[in-house]
Amino acid sequence: MSYIKAENINEQSPWQEMTPGGEIYEGGTSRLTKTGEWRSNRPVWDPAKCRQCLLCAPFCPDSSIPVKDCKRLDFDLDHCKGCGICQKVCPFAAITMEQEVHQ
Amino acid sequence: MAYNHKVELSKPERFAPGHRLCAGCGAGIVCRGITRALDEGDRAVICNATGCLEVSSFLYPYTAWEDSYIHSAFENASAVCGGVESAYKALKKKGKLEGECKFITIGGDGGTYDIGFQSLSGAMERGHDMVYFCYDNEAYMNTGIQRSSSTPRFANATTTPVGTQSLGKKQEKKDLTVIMAAHNIPYVAQTTFIGNFKDFHEKAHRAIYTPGPAFVNVMAPCPRGWQYPSELLPQICKMAVETCVWPLYEVVEGKWILSYEPKKKLPVEEFMRLQGRFKHCFKPGNEWTIEAAQDYVDRKWEALLDRCSRS
Amino acid sequence: MSIKDRLSGNEAVANAMRQINPDVFAAFPITPSTEIPQYFAQFVADGKVDTEYVTVESEHSSMSTCIGAAAAGARAVTATSSAGLAFMYEVLYVAASSRLPITLACVNRTLTGPININNDHSDSMGARDSGWLQIYAENNQEAYDNYLQAMRISEHPSVRLPIMICQDGFITSHAVENILLESDEDVKKFVGEYHPEHALIGRDHPLAVGPYDSCPYCMEHKVQQAEAMKNAKKVILDVAADFERTFGRHYGFFEEYRMEDAEVALVLIGSTAGTAKACIEKLRAQGVKAGLVKVRVFRPFPMEEIAQALKNVKAVAVMDKSEGYSACGGPLFAEVRSACYDLDNPPKMIDVVYGLAGRDCAVEDVEKVYYHLLKIVETGDVGPRYIHFGQRSNQEEVL
Repeated sequence: MSYIKAENINEQSPWQEMTPGGEIYEGGTSRLTKTGEWRSNRPVWDPAKCRQCLLCAPFCPDSSIPVKDCKRLDFDLDHCKGCGICQKVCPFAAITMEQEVHQ
Repeated sequence: MAYNHKVELSKPERFAPGHRLCAGCGAGIVCRGITRALDEGDRAVICNATGCLEVSSFLYPYTAWEDSYIHSAFENASAVCGGVESAYKALKKKGKLEGECKFITIGGDGGTYDIGFQSLSGAMERGHDMVYFCYDNEAYMNTGIQRSSSTPRFANATTTPVGTQSLGKKQEKKDLTVIMAAHNIPYVAQTTFIGNFKDFHEKAHRAIYTPGPAFVNVMAPCPRGWQYPSELLPQICKMAVETCVWPLYEVVEGKWILSYEPKKKLPVEEFMRLQGRFKHCFKPGNEWTIEAAQDYVDRKWEALLDRCSRS
Repeated sequence: MSIKDRLSGNEAVANAMRQINPDVFAAFPITPSTEIPQYFAQFVADGKVDTEYVTVESEHSSMSTCIGAAAAGARAVTATSSAGLAFMYEVLYVAASSRLPITLACVNRTLTGPININNDHSDSMGARDSGWLQIYAENNQEAYDNYLQAMRISEHPSVRLPIMICQDGFITSHAVENILLESDEDVKKFVGEYHPEHALIGRDHPLAVGPYDSCPYCMEHKVQQAEAMKNAKKVILDVAADFERTFGRHYGFFEEYRMEDAEVALVLIGSTAGTAKACIEKLRAQGVKAGLVKVRVFRPFPMEEIAQALKNVKAVAVMDKSEGYSACGGPLFAEVRSACYDLDNPPKMIDVVYGLAGRDCAVEDVEKVYYHLLKIVETGDVGPRYIHFGQRSNQEEVL
C-alpha cells in the first residue's frame, strides 16, 4: 500500500500532499528529529569500565542507550539530550559527562 | 517468569528517540517502561491525554510511538481508550478482526487527577479492558507548573507561589491511587523508577495483562517543575520511596500488597531537600512545614500498612 | 419493499440504527433524545444488534468514545440534544479535524440558559462551525431517510467528516406518525460496510491520530477539512440520487415548495415546514403566490443553489429557530442573505426569529409572516430586518 510518509512531509509541503487529519501511518518517525542538538553536556561511555549491568538503559528518557542481546552499545548522540541521569545511576563510573564544545 | 532486566531491555524499542520532552523528563522513562512491558509481538493502542507527553511525542509529522496512537483532548483519554477497546470487541465479534491488542491510556496528573478524572472514573467503572497509566509529576507542567490536586502541600507552583503571605500550596495531595482502588477494579498499583526497574516493569506487565480495567500511578519527577538538576532524578525517586512519600504497593483483586518497606524510614526532608520547590520550607521559622509534611506522610503510611496487614 | 408503520421520530432513528447495526454506540441520556439510547438498549438486550453499547458517564465521553472507536476503524454512532451537544462541543471539533466519520442523531432542543426542554435549533446551530455535516428533517420519515443516507456521505473517502442528523425535539421526536420503513436487508445493502483504509487496529502498520499540529502544518489541515466540506456537496446529491433509485423518495439540499412562481417565500428548517405548507395551500387558494424553501442540508451550505431558488422572489422571510445574539439576525439569515448577495436583483429579505424554547408556531402565525412580506412587496419598504415573533410584548411589534 502506498501512502504519504513522514519523511516526505515538511514545512514546504502543499496541503494536497499532506496526510488528512494529521494522521501518520508509520511508527517512530520522531527519529527524524535530531534532538542531540539540544545537548550542552555529552555523556561519554567507557566500555573498559562498563560491566554491562544495564542499570543506565531504562533510566534514559530519550531511548538513547541502545541495548542488543543484553549488552549496551554506545550512546545515540543524534538523540541524547545530555540529561546526565545515566552518569548518576552508573555504579562503575563508566559514564562521564563532558561539556559540548563548538568546533 | 522471573524478571530479567537485560532480556527486557534487549527488546526492540517502542518509544522512539527524537521526541521533544525536556532533557531528563520522567514521562519519557514511563513511556519506555510501559511499552517495554508489552510482550514482544503483542500489539497495542496508546491513548494519550493532552499534556507535555502529547505535544512532545506526536508533533506532526513525527510520532515517537511504534504502536498506534491517538490523542484527542485533555480530559477524555479514558473515554477514547474505552471507544477503541469497544471497537476492538465489536469488530472481533463480527469476525472483522484477527489477533490480540492491548489498550493503554497515558496521562499526566492534570489529565488524570483533575480534568480527566470523570472520564477515568467512568471508564474504570464500565470495566473496559484497558490500563490507565498516570505519570504523576505533581503539577500542570505543560502550561508552566501550575498546581494540580496532585501537587503536595507547601510546593511552590506558579499558581501557588511562595510569597510574604504564602508558603506554597495550602492543600494536601489528593490520594488518587486509593481512590482508584475504591473503584474495585482488578488491579491498581503505585510505582516509580527504582534500581533495575523490576517494580515498575512487573506492575506495568501485570496491569496490561490483567483482564479488565487497571490503574497504575507512576511518580515521574519533572526537573523544571520540581527545580532540581536533571541528573538527580534517580535519587529523588529513591528518596520518595525511602521516606514513604511515595510507597510502592499494589491492590490485586481488592488485596492490598506492600511491594517494599524501607528498613529505616527516612525523614521526609530527605525528599524535600533535593527540590527547589520546597526550598522555602527550610528557611528559619518555617520548620513547622516540614513537620506538617512529615505528619501527613506518617498518617498515610500507617493507613497503608493497616490496609495491607488487614488484607 | 417498504413497510408502513407508525413511529415517533426517535423510534424511527433508533430503528434505522438497528437496521444498520453499527459497531459502537455510546450515549448519555438527555431529553428529548433519551428514547434513542433506550430503544437501542432494548435492541441490544434482545440480541437484535451486536453493537458494543457503551453507557458512558457524560456526553463528552460519548463523543470521545465515538472518536476512539471511529479511529479504530469502527462505525460509531451517538445521539444527544441541547446541553449534551454543548458538552461535546470541544470534541466535536476534534472528531471533524481528525476526519472521523461519526454519526450523531441530534434531537434539537433549546440550549440551556435558562434550562428548558423544548425545541429550537440553538443546540446544533451552535455547532454549525464545528466541521460537522448537518442535515435536518421535517418529519419522522425524513429523519429516518436522512439517517440511512448519513454514513455513505460521511464515510466517503473524499469527505471523511462526521455528520449530524437533526430532527425537532418533541414535535418530530415524540410525535407518532405514519412512516415507510425499508426492509433490514435493503437498508444494510444500501448503507454498506465501513472499511477505512487506515485504522488504529487490524492493519499491518500503526496509525497515529491527533498530533500537536504546529503552525507550519495546521492551516494546511484546516484547508483540507474545508475542501472535504466542499466535496460533500456532490456526495450528498449522489447518495440522495441512489436513495431515490433504491427507495423512491427524493432528496436534495433543500425542498422547494410551490416556488415555481412564488413572489413571497419563507426559508426555514425543520418541522415548521409542515405548518408553512398548510399555510401556503390556504394562501394559494386566495391567490397569493406563496412559496417555501425548506433547508435540509445546512452544512455544507448550498449557497449558489439557494440563491438560484430565491432569485425570482420579491420578498423573503428567513425563519430562524434560534438566536444568534448578533443584534442583526440568526444564523440561517446570515447564510441566506449572504447567498443572495451575488444576485443581480436580490429579493428583499427579513429575519424572523421565532419558536424559541418551544414557543408554538401555528398556521395563522406563518400566515402573518406571509402577509408581512406582501406588505413589503406592496410598499417597497422592508422596515426592520431583524424581528422576533411570538413573544408577548407591551408595545406594538412588527409581527
